[in-house]
Amino acid sequence: MSKTITIDELAVPFKEGQTIMDAALAAGVYIPHLCHNPEFKPHGSCKLCTVNVNGRNVASCTLPAVEGQQVLSDIEELNADRLALTQMLFVEGNHLCPACEKTGNCQLQAVAYYLGMMSPHYNHFYPQREADASHHDVMLDRNRCIYCELCVRASREVDGKNVFGLSGRGIKTLLVVNSASGLLGDTDLAVTDKAVQVCPTGAILIKRHGYAVPIGQRVFDHITIKDVQTGGGDE
Amino acid sequence: MSEQSDRSPHPIPLPQAGEGEAVSPAGDALKKIRIATCSLAGCFGCHMSFLDIDERLFGLIELVEFDRSPLTDIKRCGPCDVGIVEGGVCNAENVHVLKEFRKNCKVLVAIGACAINGGVPAMRNNIDLWDCFQEVYCYEGGLECGQIPNDPELPLPFDKVHPISEVVKVDYFLPGCPPSGDAIWKFLTDLLNGREPKLDYEQLHFD
Ligand code: SF4
Ligand code: SF4
Ligand code: FES
Repeated sequence: MSKTITIDELAVPFKEGQTIMDAALAAGVYIPHLCHNPEFKPHGSCKLCTVNVNGRNVASCTLPAVEGQQVLSDIEELNADRLALTQMLFVEGNHLCPACEKTGNCQLQAVAYYLGMMSPHYNHFYPQREADASHHDVMLDRNRCIYCELCVRASREVDGKNVFGLSGRGIKTLLVVNSASGLLGDTDLAVTDKAVQVCPTGAILIKRHGYAVPIGQRVFDHITIKDVQTGGGDE
Repeated sequence: MSEQSDRSPHPIPLPQAGEGEAVSPAGDALKKIRIATCSLAGCFGCHMSFLDIDERLFGLIELVEFDRSPLTDIKRCGPCDVGIVEGGVCNAENVHVLKEFRKNCKVLVAIGACAINGGVPAMRNNIDLWDCFQEVYCYEGGLECGQIPNDPELPLPFDKVHPISEVVKVDYFLPGCPPSGDAIWKFLTDLLNGREPKLDYEQLHFD
């Protein structure tokens, strides 16, 4: 006799300790998300996963599921908010997709497609951000970082290395590298590290692999991020 | 919402194909929709992609006529139903052309990555303009007498490249680098038929 919550009129079972996001993903219900990755502890920063629970808007990746919760997710109002958040992520960084090796395989871009983003809407910041090519195998381009902290979490929790960190607050937030020089080349990061694999955007790229998959065969060319993340496929 | 909305709130004031007198479409009674196009800080790739609608051009030309456009070589934009702008704004001349389009076109469409977010030309936005010029005209190999062009006839370059929506109101955005011929066709046929333009999932891309 499992407990259930209701997401958009669908009864979704959950186990004690699961968040609304966990329960949704397990049931194949897509709630848009960027900073969440089921392999890691929730971070709750992008707010894309915001749902309405019993009348209040909350981040579904951090809120524990509780028996009887009435959750609204795939509704016009919340999708409009998600679109606005996504558009802000685009203008706060420098996202020139045609010149980015992640294009077609990028979760930020895929969420934008899913939400039908036709333009970034807001005026562009064109912020000055540094790229770091000092590592032999890994490229770090902060222009595309959305501060999801997945690389930070992966490096600490899985690789046991603590290569990345976030410093500063708000619009001054920056992804930093924990070496004396601040350069990636001076860390013990290895190309096989989990931290290198988890970046949802083109901020962390493996060198000499650019554009390896032709257009038409990339992850999100034909399949929406909703289907990739709920339909058995894995991001 | 501010003035640049993703979805234009107003219905498009276009004459509908087949509207007016009930005569055969071959007759002149069919009022053609007038379209102007231009490329600002773009590569003409969107225009090339427009030609990729291939034989559908013959059907289209029954419904539309072209004002200022690289296809007609008309130099000034007159009153039009639809203006399609490729490329961002990188110099003073771009602003003049863009304002001319906005003034004359009932519906203004930003086509392609550059018009929408500056695109590849905007990659220079974080490089000092002077450094940029020196690199291209002084240090780059293959140039005879390395000097930065400075003719008064040349348009004044801006320190940053801007999306056109930061200069004028834009009614519709058609992303892609370039958008495919199919995406352009879907967009145009929606627009010409008075529907809210909507791309299929596979037609919407930023690259
Ligand atoms: S990280 Fe994603 S959204 Fe940003 S430029 Fe690359 S493909 Fe585009
Ligand atoms: S580099 Fe990638 S994984 Fe790390 S915080 Fe930025 S977007 Fe997230
Ligand atoms: S996925 Fe929940 S806040 Fe980012």
